[in-house]
Amino acid sequence: MPALPLDEAGKYVAAAYVVFVALILAYVAIMAAKLERIERELGELAELAEQKSARGGGSDV
Amino acid sequence: MKVPSLRAQAAATVAVLAAGFALVFFYAPLDTEGFIQKIFYLHVPLAICSLAGFVVAGIHAIRHLRSGDAVHDARSYVSIHLSVIFGIAVLVTGSIWARAEWGKWWVWDEPTLVSFLIVFLLYATYYPLRYAIEDRERQARYASVFAITAGAFVPLNFLAVRLAEPLIHPRTFSSAGGLPGSMLLTFVVCLAGMALLWLSLVRFELAAKSASARLSRLRRALEGEAYAPPTSGSRIAPGVPSRTASASWMSDPTTPRI
Repeated sequence: MPALPLDEAGKYVAAAYVVFVALILAYVAIMAAKLERIERELGELAELAEQKSARGGGSDV
Repeated sequence: MKVPSLRAQAAATVAVLAAGFALVFFYAPLDTEGFIQKIFYLHVPLAICSLAGFVVAGIHAIRHLRSGDAVHDARSYVSIHLSVIFGIAVLVTGSIWARAEWGKWWVWDEPTLVSFLIVFLLYATYYPLRYAIEDRERQARYASVFAITAGAFVPLNFLAVRLAEPLIHPRTFSSAGGLPGSMLLTFVVCLAGMALLWLSLVRFELAAKSASARLSRLRRALEGEAYAPPTSGSRIAPGVPSRTASASWMSDPTTPRI
């Protein structure tokens, strides 16, 4: 089969590389959302720990 | 052996992948397929890393069944997870190449394509199988058995690629007329970059799971739930910590490494 001309093949090559980059970006975005949730929970726990120590119970962790 | 930090590894991944893609577009010569052959440097390393990742998952599964250590179950799970994502990229990039080269998105009489699809679909059933089981110990054990059994299919896929009569991919590491030097160098750099990417993402996800599990333990402890000390040989589904079972690897101050 004759090789595709550059302007034709370029679209397919670009599409393949864009798919790869998009998948990686989507994965990183999902992981970033998870890390955000962890950070938020950490903030809540820090608040909880502060409340406990303020009540005089001290930290039990 | 000293394992590099995740940050250093991520930087190396970006550098090697960027170098690889630069070689693809500015150094590697065109072959008879023309410009469309540039997909080869993306598609084949992705496929190799995906299949190798399934094998790695099987090895961790064996270690999990032998030791009962939850860290191996977590590594096996994350390896499969990343390999499935890489597998999606393999199928999409392969279809794009097929469309450009053959005028069809998919052909069913190609052993290379169909065998990869079978392996991919097999691993796609890992998630429903895993999460259909409620008991965490059984869940981890059955998932390990699955990872080992399915891992046995991976060499068949390698074999199908090597034996396929209509040679879709050039024989990269063949003693008889493989790729020319400049193409081989480009391919090896791309393969190294892709392998580093896979490893970095696995470590990243394991670190996130470890942090999440430690947080859950901390919450339980703070909220007054009685703390039970870790027991040896405990098992747990990755990312779903239990008070006792997760302790064996979550208490490890170092990030679980693969």
